[in-house]
Amino acid sequence: MSKVRVLVGTRKGAFVLESDGKREKWEVSGPHFAGWEIYHVKGSPADPNRIYASQSSGWFGQVIQRSNDGGKTWEIPGGGPQPGPGGMPAGQSNKFAYDTSAETGKPLTTHQWYDGTQHPWEFKRVWHLEPSHTEPDTVYAGIEDAALFRSTDGGKSWHELAGLRGHGTGPKWQPGAGGMCLHTVILDPSDPDRIYIAISAAGAFRTDDGGQTWRPINHGLHSQYIPDPNAEVGHCVHHIAMHPSRPNVLFMQKHWDVMRSDDAGDSWKEVSGNLPTDFGFVIDVHAHEPETIYVVPIKSDGEHYPPEGKLRVYRSRTGGNEWEALTKGLPQSNCYVNVLRDAMAVDSLDSCGVYFGTTGGQVYASADAGDNWSPIVRDLPAVLSVEVQTLP
Amino acid sequence: MIRVTLPPHLRTLAQVGWEVQLQVEGQATQRSVLDALEAQYPMLRGTIRDHGTQTRRPFLRFFACEEDLSHESPDAPLPDAVASGAEPLIILGAIAGG
Repeated sequence: MSKVRVLVGTRKGAFVLESDGKREKWEVSGPHFAGWEIYHVKGSPADPNRIYASQSSGWFGQVIQRSNDGGKTWEIPGGGPQPGPGGMPAGQSNKFAYDTSAETGKPLTTHQWYDGTQHPWEFKRVWHLEPSHTEPDTVYAGIEDAALFRSTDGGKSWHELAGLRGHGTGPKWQPGAGGMCLHTVILDPSDPDRIYIAISAAGAFRTDDGGQTWRPINHGLHSQYIPDPNAEVGHCVHHIAMHPSRPNVLFMQKHWDVMRSDDAGDSWKEVSGNLPTDFGFVIDVHAHEPETIYVVPIKSDGEHYPPEGKLRVYRSRTGGNEWEALTKGLPQSNCYVNVLRDAMAVDSLDSCGVYFGTTGGQVYASADAGDNWSPIVRDLPAVLSVEVQTLP
Repeated sequence: MIRVTLPPHLRTLAQVGWEVQLQVEGQATQRSVLDALEAQYPMLRGTIRDHGTQTRRPFLRFFACEEDLSHESPDAPLPDAVASGAEPLIILGAIAGG
């Protein structure tokens, strides 16, 4: 019988939640890496026992963790005793050094700061880890200050795909309230050379040559809070989702506005429709219905909680514009949690499961595509990320 | 033998107890002690001092013999009591929320 494994990153550690295909009874393990911020935990599609985790701390910086047994045990890649001469340098798994080499062409030294002045790039943390569809040892890291890194040795060492920062618009990128983070990495399952990424607050970008060259894909985004609302870059994209069967169709939760692209991001149109507010962070797509999408509307950028104190997932079965509120099992009074950008995921069982975590420490699950919800856990630390693995 | 006391999260990361003991070649300085610490426990690289600049992370301090050594040169000799192993070099995390 199939199983699901939910990987939860929180402000104070990681948790692994497992159930059979009924998704009624759950086993909870954790906290792993207790006391550390776990921005993201994600399994390899090529080997579900291989899981990567981003562990960080304001005191001690970044650590990368890796599991080879589905999250039961963890190791720091290359963190063991030093190998002999000529071996892989140990202790490099948390070294994210921006590429400033002349060979890769365009060393970039500054981006825009909050006050409009230029500011040097400084590594803060890894926000998102995206394992390759085909190679368990290949994984991408989206970092703050925004850049994309790749490891091909299971996380032991990391190298920047410098064409992104170097393509020319970097000096116009600026941090959002959470920092200047590269938070979304989507690998096209049908084309290994195509990658989408998103940065707050710069926008969405795409490469069609495996990461060597990049271009902004923000045409159609309109952001009233920036000097030029239709600028090529500067938009605060919160998250992007794609159904693997239709890699040219993208759905975006922008700071304000829910957007859709049918041409791989070349153009966007708004599909906020009848949402009570189109501010929010998460967006995801049903595993079997590419036109069924989910968002969690949040009141505003000044009030990061659900409108009217009612926690509602909104579902559109028409790819946007027409939305229905999903409320069964969710608190409908006095609820003032947030749902952060990487904190929603779907499983791929026949009846699609949908999961999301809140800053109040709840992880909610629906085994029927959102019709009914119940909490798996209620009292974790604030949830930063939720990912799901569907296991045989 | 040099003794080093680590903050709790780094003890967990390195899977060690309250204090570690290190063999340090040559003069005992912040740099030589941290080099030896990171050689023995590579998972600590980047968690105490920056990978690139080798500067102390801002929320960590170095103490020994009831003195704050955080702003001493990394190449300054550590106190004799640390060099002899009578006193530990204490790596301390700032009390700053959390």
